[in-house]
Amino acid sequence: MTPDRLRAALRGVPDPQWLDAALRRVATEPTAIERFFVTAARRCGRGPLPDPPGWTADEAARALLLATLPNGHAAAAETLYRQGDAAEKRAVLRALPLLPIGAECVPLLHDAIRTNDTRLVAAALGPYARHLEQPAWRQAVLKCVFTGVPLAVVDDLPERADGELARMLAAYAAERHAAGRTMPDDAADLLRRLTIPTPEA
Amino acid sequence: MRIFDPHIHMTSRTTDDYERMAAAGVRALVEPAFWLGQPRTSVDSFVDYFDSLIGWEPFRAGQFGIRHHATVALNPKEANDPRCRPVLDLLPRYLDKDGVVAVGEIGYDAMTPAEDAALAGQLALAVAYDLPALVHTPHRDKARGVRRTLDVVAESDIAPERVLVDHLNEVTVGLVRDTGCWLGFSIYPETKMSPPRMVELLKRYGTERMLVNSAADWGRSDPLLTRATGEAMQLAGFSADDVDRVLWRNPVEFYGQSGRLDLTALEASDPTFAGNSILRGGE
Repeated sequence: MTPDRLRAALRGVPDPQWLDAALRRVATEPTAIERFFVTAARRCGRGPLPDPPGWTADEAARALLLATLPNGHAAAAETLYRQGDAAEKRAVLRALPLLPIGAECVPLLHDAIRTNDTRLVAAALGPYARHLEQPAWRQAVLKCVFTGVPLAVVDDLPERADGELARMLAAYAAERHAAGRTMPDDAADLLRRLTIPTPEA
Repeated sequence: MRIFDPHIHMTSRTTDDYERMAAAGVRALVEPAFWLGQPRTSVDSFVDYFDSLIGWEPFRAGQFGIRHHATVALNPKEANDPRCRPVLDLLPRYLDKDGVVAVGEIGYDAMTPAEDAALAGQLALAVAYDLPALVHTPHRDKARGVRRTLDVVAESDIAPERVLVDHLNEVTVGLVRDTGCWLGFSIYPETKMSPPRMVELLKRYGTERMLVNSAADWGRSDPLLTRATGEAMQLAGFSADDVDRVLWRNPVEFYGQSGRLDLTALEASDPTFAGNSILRGGE
């Protein structure tokens, strides 16, 4: 995902002039972002965008506002997340991979994964989760399985899933089985892929 | 029967209650900020509470197809504790949020000078943020409290049609009926109002600007008494349209004044709301 693609997708929002003006202002006056960020959904709508898939108008507008800041991205992301409602928090999490930052915002992922709000857990497992340490990442994947978040939201899952995750999934599958329940299909598929040896192995 | 509960403290209810409410026809609600059953001692616990009103509670409600909005304020009880009053400086941050549709609940508990200041100050905040106000009336010395509340509202810059005066009863309804304010009634198992008594008030005063809530909170209360009141109205001869006005259109109209009431997801998912307007009448 790139800011340019989000900007193109947002041309059709109800009030594109508002967004253009907000972006221009944020580029030169970074502190103005707080007020624009909170009102973005009322101006741009909350519906899903036709493209890119999986983005809503408010998320895209807020991510674009953050990406437009001239500097101080990590500090702004932290503030907007801490002061945000659930939709604002989610938008910050979705914006993280678009920002010129390192691992400074990993504490926001930890916070989101601690919640039981599946929208936040899902948003924490996008491309920025490459900065998340492996034990926390495995726990988050298992939490997805546990709370019904589709594993398709987990970025880089096939490459990153390891033997320890397979062990954890198998243990969870055993618990489910003992209770007379089944595993979600996507988790069962993942476990199968991780445990069946490939031909060349 | 579609139900919008305009005043219910879901923080003090279990997730099972959401499930029962959805089954009874509750599609939307407003959760006003109040206390935690025991007094708070610091501003930080307000922050966590307000965050849950715009984070966790809407998510919990959404799992049962119920749209959750909130009102935010320093409540009358805690306005008397100097340790809590600095929360007034934090309110502007929350009054800007999408899910916040009014300032509330504000008003009187023991009618102290500290409550006077908090009420007047927060009515001014409602004007500044272009929001309606939800005003609680006291449980003790209620008639005097209602009169004093109406005086403060009249002295403020807020328009009466943007004020909901809540927890009214047979003794206090007449004081508010001709002020232009909206009238709220909390239906409880024992205290406040009951469904049969509410029906009598609706017969006498009509359905205009009348709102019915369950207020369900830490005390003995029942989140399904909105539905029970709708059924009692029908048994007493009120039409389905009358019931819809009191239990849906009136709260939608009052909180709709915020410009932030968002019921589009409900309209999309429920054939009852086919059509374009959230103000659509009838069933």
